[in-house]
Amino acid sequence: MLDTPALQRNATLPAPLDTRYQVETPEGIDLPLRPAGLVPRSLAFAIDLGIRGLVLGLLFLILAFFGELGIGLGSILLFIISWWYMVLFEVLNQGRSPGKQIMGLRVVQDDGRPIGWSASLIRNLLRFVDMLPFAYAFGAISCLQHPTFKRLGDLAAGTLVVYREQPVKRPTLPLVQPLRPPFALSLNEQRAVLSFAERQAELSPARVNELASILAAPLTVPAPRAVAELNGIARGLLGPT
Amino acid sequence: MKQSLFESRHQEEWAHLSGLLDQLERSRNAPQSRDFPPAYRRLCHHLALAQARGYSSLLIDTLQQLALRGHQQLYRDRSRPSASLSSFILAGFPRLVREQWGFVLVASVMFLGSLAGIGLLVYLFPELVYSLLSAEEVSQIRGMYDPVAGHLGRSIERASSEDWAMFGYYIMHNIGIAFQTFASGLMFGLGSAFFLFFNGLTIGAVAGHLTQIGSGGTFWSFVIGHGAFELTAITLAGAAGLQLGWALIAPGRLTRGEALRLAAGKSVLMIGGVMLFLLIAAFIEAYWSSSAVSSATKYTVGALLWLLVLSYLLFAGRVRHAPE
Repeated sequence: MLDTPALQRNATLPAPLDTRYQVETPEGIDLPLRPAGLVPRSLAFAIDLGIRGLVLGLLFLILAFFGELGIGLGSILLFIISWWYMVLFEVLNQGRSPGKQIMGLRVVQDDGRPIGWSASLIRNLLRFVDMLPFAYAFGAISCLQHPTFKRLGDLAAGTLVVYREQPVKRPTLPLVQPLRPPFALSLNEQRAVLSFAERQAELSPARVNELASILAAPLTVPAPRAVAELNGIARGLLGPT
Repeated sequence: MKQSLFESRHQEEWAHLSGLLDQLERSRNAPQSRDFPPAYRRLCHHLALAQARGYSSLLIDTLQQLALRGHQQLYRDRSRPSASLSSFILAGFPRLVREQWGFVLVASVMFLGSLAGIGLLVYLFPELVYSLLSAEEVSQIRGMYDPVAGHLGRSIERASSEDWAMFGYYIMHNIGIAFQTFASGLMFGLGSAFFLFFNGLTIGAVAGHLTQIGSGGTFWSFVIGHGAFELTAITLAGAAGLQLGWALIAPGRLTRGEALRLAAGKSVLMIGGVMLFLLIAAFIEAYWSSSAVSSATKYTVGALLWLLVLSYLLFAGRVRHAPE
């Protein structure tokens, strides 16, 4: 959760700690996108390359039986698969080529919208320059130095490769008696208590106790009872006291 | 309001919106239901409330994901290229070419200038051709256009399946070249300039050499028809690439990134027109240029095609029609 206190005019924003990229929508809310770096993107490309090679190999085997007609069809197919494979998948399959689908990635425009024909065509035609002078060197350099990992084609098209959102699993809180906090909590403190209650299942019991005992003194409870106290306060924040 | 009350009060709305989104995501053309935009706006409102009230981050994450999906469906690009195709062909493309006349002019000088110049030089100094093409290439080209060996080195009764093969080959080869010429313009226009010069020099050398050794008749009658579309298309692809490069060299009052994005949006439209031209060119090259009609007919038709292409680019779309 990004929490920006009211900023003074002309104050520079603090540099974010992670690579999340916030899109402000016309409705005035910030949507976080998580840009994908060089390695998952190259893996996705390698998968796509393999799939294309396989499909072309199979088609050529079949078309070899058709003689001249087969050669003509074969060259058209080679053209379509080498220049249009990415464009068609990205536009018609919500920004996901099969390789990106497997790697959990998708292409979106800079403002979080799905990619359209023109942007997809630009980023995939300019792939030719990204591949220069050898083995995607330009693309890799551009991707590594850019804050949201854009290759040259992405820069020109105004697109972004992001991780697809995974559905959130919401754990049930431990069943304890809801408690009122002994003093008024600030928003951040409230969030911290709730996060502690929701995420304690991911931690070892020793670590849970250690974290909770930090708060034993301000809560005025003995250290061993701090976990139960915090869970109670979290319950109290969520539901009726 | 406590979080659990907030959740139980709005749970149903969120589930409803999620169902609507599922429908929209399943098919691109699904009509947007009337209650989708208000439902999405309500969700944005809920998300803002949840953040301001310090509800648990897992709830906020869930709402954020729902909002992201809604945002993508509400603001997705609904333009359908097939719908705007006819107005693009009738008016948009020639207008775009005229608007970018400066780049088109520079690309024409680079491509057609180098073509004509080297053609003339090779015609006057025949041995020059060997500094541009290897000896095997020269003899191969000579064989192809030898007027004695019959029809372009093949039998006149060329099977229609062979036309097919050539059609496919021309599409792949020529559109590939056009794409490369365009894309390499990103390197400050140098790539496009290189491809324009390179192709101009090669074609010019072949033309000059064949005319000089007396195969000019077969060569010119073969190329004049599709040349109208093909040479123009390569020039326009180069112009689109130069436009990209120029946006990086002289972005004006914009940042380089912004200028590049704007230039790319325009030049990709130009590439759309180039692809159409090259499809027509491949069709003419495979089925008409190699057919066995007399040279006189081919010259007449070729001249008409050149006239057609030039007047299309110069005059089409000058008058605005209401229903565009």
